[in-house]
Amino acid sequence: MAKARLIGDRTNKMMVQAMERRAADVRGRVFQITLLVTLLISLFILGVLIVDVVVDAWGVLTGRPGGFLSGTMRSLSGDPKLGVQQALVGTFWIAVFVAVLAFPIGIGAAIWLEEYALKNRFTRFIELNIRNLAGVPSIVYGLLGLFLFVNSLGGLTGGKSIASAGITLAILVLPIVIITAQEAIRAVPQGLKEGAYGVGATKWTMIRSQVLPYAAPGIFTGTLLSMSRGIGEAAPLLLVGAVSGRLGSNPGFFDFSAINAEAFMAMPVIIVEWVQNSGRDPGFAEAAAAAIVVLLVFVILINAAAIFLRNHFEKKRG
Amino acid sequence: MEQAEPEASPRLGLYIDRTMQAAAPGTIGDTVFEVEDLNVYYGDFRAVQDATLTVYKHEITAMIGPSGCGKTTVLRCFNRMNDLIPIARVEGRLDFQNVPIYHPRVDPVEVRRRIGMVFQKPNPFPKSIYDNIAFGPRVCGMAKKKSELDGIVERSLNRAALWDEVKDRLKDSALGLSGGQQQRLCIARAIAVDPDVLLMDEPCSALDPIATARIEDLMQEIKNDYTIVIVTHNMQQAARISNRTAFFTAQLDSTTDQRCGLLVEYDRTETIFSNPSDERTENYVTGRFG
Repeated sequence: MAKARLIGDRTNKMMVQAMERRAADVRGRVFQITLLVTLLISLFILGVLIVDVVVDAWGVLTGRPGGFLSGTMRSLSGDPKLGVQQALVGTFWIAVFVAVLAFPIGIGAAIWLEEYALKNRFTRFIELNIRNLAGVPSIVYGLLGLFLFVNSLGGLTGGKSIASAGITLAILVLPIVIITAQEAIRAVPQGLKEGAYGVGATKWTMIRSQVLPYAAPGIFTGTLLSMSRGIGEAAPLLLVGAVSGRLGSNPGFFDFSAINAEAFMAMPVIIVEWVQNSGRDPGFAEAAAAAIVVLLVFVILINAAAIFLRNHFEKKRG
Repeated sequence: MEQAEPEASPRLGLYIDRTMQAAAPGTIGDTVFEVEDLNVYYGDFRAVQDATLTVYKHEITAMIGPSGCGKTTVLRCFNRMNDLIPIARVEGRLDFQNVPIYHPRVDPVEVRRRIGMVFQKPNPFPKSIYDNIAFGPRVCGMAKKKSELDGIVERSLNRAALWDEVKDRLKDSALGLSGGQQQRLCIARAIAVDPDVLLMDEPCSALDPIATARIEDLMQEIKNDYTIVIVTHNMQQAARISNRTAFFTAQLDSTTDQRCGLLVEYDRTETIFSNPSDERTENYVTGRFG
């Protein structure tokens, strides 16, 4: 009895020693802190950018927000009618072009690649090239737009017009739309597809009733995020001819004749323009900062729409 | 039950002669599947070698065997679900009520409507309970009116012994059901399109014993209306529920050095479990192997 107790006690002590916490896990701790620091660096840079821009823009944003949104381009920063109206109209319609062109084409291509294409060398070659296209610098798309839509197809697009810019940016974001939609479609569980086939669904019925609803949240998030990237691009728009000085008219938001009129402005370009102007007229720096804030709000609205749609379709998906 | 009358189908015109010869009195209607020298390949890999068996009407046919023996592969040939794997290739004779279902003129969509399937993992659609059941009848154009569809949904859920549990929440998401309820929902979904055959691929492997017992009871109840082919890892289950059992094993092919599924023995379930003719079957059912 006593002996058994002794063994029991000894075993217990060994067990306790063995299971006791060793020295602190220094490496793990360092790694964890490093990760936190990297996150904080990104957030800090973002914070500095936003604060800097908002501080610069403060005078305009608080002084005459309405006038700035409805105002037009002027040669002097002190002009009380200075504003971004033309640029907002341009960017809005460019976004519409991207949505109408890039989304259906991109999603359609993604469905074909994931559900219909044979998994052979040719398909892999196409997919590789779509990935390469996503990495092509935006200025190259600008050149394409200049040659193809402004010059060759100028009769249709009106030359250096919103239409040319919109088609160019639609092509710019098309590879990203295809890739994100493909990833969303690939994530659809095989069991759902088999379940639909199992009760006599055709391929198209299966895709429409199972694949697309399931992939919808991912598709919408990806495509809208790619759109907000696209409308922030200045370089291709400079090539397809967003203009500054001679844009005298002040088109309304739904003035369709302005879409293929030979003159337009867009938010990223007006920012470039005003930053350049600030050299001779320092007041333009403030206007540029205010325009950046307006563009940021525009992009945030699109992203908010993406989040809203994702939640909506996720809820529907159950 | 619907008799096979291929001469009524112009799409199978080429095969009328053969079908008429085969349709001697007393044979048609008794057999559902006739499989002869079935070989299934995934690319260069042969997954199943020379399987020959006959599935009889209103019986439960079980397919047992160790992992990788090709039993699920054979099951998925019965409704051409293997078509979904691009590299899969099927050779040999596989007739469903005297129709060679791998003939190029046979529509796999129509095959799958007549030969329903229940999968290993319950796979309800992320929709309401009602829409899950109504999906098949809708895509097959079976119900013109809402009331007809309501009737199909209620009948199907009743047959699957699920109606009483869900009748007050047909509009709720099917994903909120328990695993066993989800699997019964999948059975109801499969029988909603009124198939002739139900293929079940280890339908109870993700379920607890109580849910398993319910599914087994259900199978006994519905086998008078349907023919059931079930793949199971559970030998007791095969012994409990099936009329006939096919024992598969994986065999090393000496020429290619690959393991290939082989149908060792196919007989009445009592025979397989009490007096098998092949030593490999005996070793397996007595637990000495696999």
